Amino acid sequence: MKTGARILIDNLKEQGVDIIFGYPGGSVLPIYDELYDADIRHILVRHEQAAVHAADGYARASGRVGVCLSTSGPGACNLVSGIATANMDSVPIVALTGQVPTGMLGNDAFQESDITGITMPVTKHNFLVNDTIRIPQVIAEAFYIAGTGRYGPVLVDLPKDVLMRSVSPEEILPGIPDLKGYKPTYHGHPRQIKKALDLLRESKKPVIYAGGGIVASGASEALCRFAEEMEIPVTTTMMGLGAIPSDHPLNLGMLGMHGTKFANYAVTGCDLLFTIGARFDDRVTGKIDEFAPGAKIIHIDIDPAEIGKNKAVDVPIVGDAKVVLDDILERLNPEDRVIRTAWLEEIGKWKKDHPLTCGNGGGLHPQQIIREISTLLDGGGIIVSEVGQNQMWAAQHYGFKKPRQWISSGGLGTMGYGFPAAIGAWFARPEETIVLIAGDGSFQMNIQELGTVAQYKVPVKMMILNNMYLGMVRQWQELFYEKRYSYTELPFVDFVGIAKAYGVPGRVVESEKDIVPALKESFETDGPFLIDFRIEREENVFPMVPAGAAIKDMIGEHVEQEDD
Amino acid sequence: MKQHIISVLVENRSGVLTRVSGLFSRRGFNIESLAVGTCEAPGMSRITIVACGDDAHIEQVKKQLNKLIEVIKVIDITERSHVERELVLIKVNAEPGKTRSEVMQIADIFRAKIIDVGQETVVLEITGDTEKIRALEELLVPYGILELVRTGKVALQRGAATISPGK
Repeated sequence: MKTGARILIDNLKEQGVDIIFGYPGGSVLPIYDELYDADIRHILVRHEQAAVHAADGYARASGRVGVCLSTSGPGACNLVSGIATANMDSVPIVALTGQVPTGMLGNDAFQESDITGITMPVTKHNFLVNDTIRIPQVIAEAFYIAGTGRYGPVLVDLPKDVLMRSVSPEEILPGIPDLKGYKPTYHGHPRQIKKALDLLRESKKPVIYAGGGIVASGASEALCRFAEEMEIPVTTTMMGLGAIPSDHPLNLGMLGMHGTKFANYAVTGCDLLFTIGARFDDRVTGKIDEFAPGAKIIHIDIDPAEIGKNKAVDVPIVGDAKVVLDDILERLNPEDRVIRTAWLEEIGKWKKDHPLTCGNGGGLHPQQIIREISTLLDGGGIIVSEVGQNQMWAAQHYGFKKPRQWISSGGLGTMGYGFPAAIGAWFARPEETIVLIAGDGSFQMNIQELGTVAQYKVPVKMMILNNMYLGMVRQWQELFYEKRYSYTELPFVDFVGIAKAYGVPGRVVESEKDIVPALKESFETDGPFLIDFRIEREENVFPMVPAGAAIKDMIGEHVEQEDD
Repeated sequence: MKQHIISVLVENRSGVLTRVSGLFSRRGFNIESLAVGTCEAPGMSRITIVACGDDAHIEQVKKQLNKLIEVIKVIDITERSHVERELVLIKVNAEPGKTRSEVMQIADIFRAKIIDVGQETVVLEITGDTEKIRALEELLVPYGILELVRTGKVALQRGAATISPGK
């Protein structure tokens, strides 16, 4: 006879789970009792939201399914923002939640919440396990759903009596998914692929618009080969950063609201937009009618619902980015390669005329800090960002070389995501240098995780770009609300003092000359390290497309100066 | 904006209807009617949804429905040859005497059944397409409709075409 909790642990191990991020509570005590001597590592975070973000960071860094665990009611509810974050960015996680015993369901029992009801709109799927014998099947289905097709979060709600009941092995349903309505499509339709190649052959000004789907499907090499063989410039979304090396001659950098001018000009001027694993998000497209207005559009996506959702598409291809790109590469003929010198020269001129620049003046400029980190790490490491100006500066100025090197909340824009995600990323890839780029606002949203990094000696290098503002909101207030800084100013915080209280070392940097020595000190220190960079307070993220404008209409460029 | 009839085959599990209707509400799609019940395939249910929208709108509805794990098949049968019916119960004022015999005559013409007779009311049951039901409703308005309840439309394709599992 085995208890439900025991069956659960056995099944998690069968799924290859070796680490869980969690926080205990009454209804999950049976699971915690089993974890006490199971060979699954459990990381105790300081807030359930950190557990789910850490599982998400683990998944993004490793490409595996991340797992988090919380108790019922308040614990489960604290997972919601993190689950929604994973859902928007298609990250495979399995969230396990405790639930009150089945007999008390719906009675407003102590620490009861209808978490399957609450998370229905923000999960790929969720389960309420009503019988112990179903646990293996549900766990198998949860991992299968999370980690196939378009990845996403799956929640499994486990009532306490289901966890405590003992059943004999012969009663238990086998751990095999039984999902009649779930059949992801991986291979693109050959006729559509042929149509795409025909368009490619005719095109004089093509651009590849690559998204997070490239990273998720491991299509980065195929993308680069395709771009190189066909000599097509590539712009990536924020989620697609690292899909092509930053210094690759065909890379245009990021497009959209805070993209490069040359990427936005290229997309606006192209005659063919070859979209792969991207979803025409409004932060990318700006005014949708003026996004790639003269272009035919090819769209490769594993999720059929994304194709044609925001923009009409000429050639829809449903399939996995890597499978489809490999297929296309196999079919390429020498005559498909068209010389497009004029187009590449036009783009080269835009690149030269509109480089990304640092801020002016004597203060401490965040762009420069990011560039110094990039130089010191030689474009390596894993860069995890919070949300806001810090995120955009990191996205613009770090020299990414590989996929899964950039971890950031894209679709939901969840402040407080970065710090716990960085913790999760380190547990996935402990050999990497993990750098957190944070704002003072975002960092304070999960600042309690200093306790977690201290306890487990997680060597996250915390770079706080401190402007004592909610910087991105302040930027909008400056530009669109006549500098009425309504509730965006934050008081002074002694971050180094707080870190010290948790046993984490750190230092303050106030001038340019101290940037590199401080960074070196942090990288040379074993374990976590915090740097409080007191940056120019009203530094803005430029270039910028105002919300609702066309992406070619970018505003507020710095006076151009030397790029380095 | 056109009315579409979408037939959805789903696994018969708790919460499926919430997932389907929740999908409509959070994406701002309006449901005109929704009828659901078990069907010929064991462990499955068939949902008939009537929704208004342009083609792109309805295409998105279908794709989003297809994304739900428990949804097995989705088909828009509006443009296909199909039969559709709705069942309506109408409680109408019908005092004994001339009024009641008039109401009964109308019921007779529309092949509606009288399924309950009270002191001053009768309850009519009518099955049919939207127009027939609307016509009856209009005729009964002068007598005073006290209550009306409808099942929502159900529809099936004509002939051998089905959306049974595996076909």
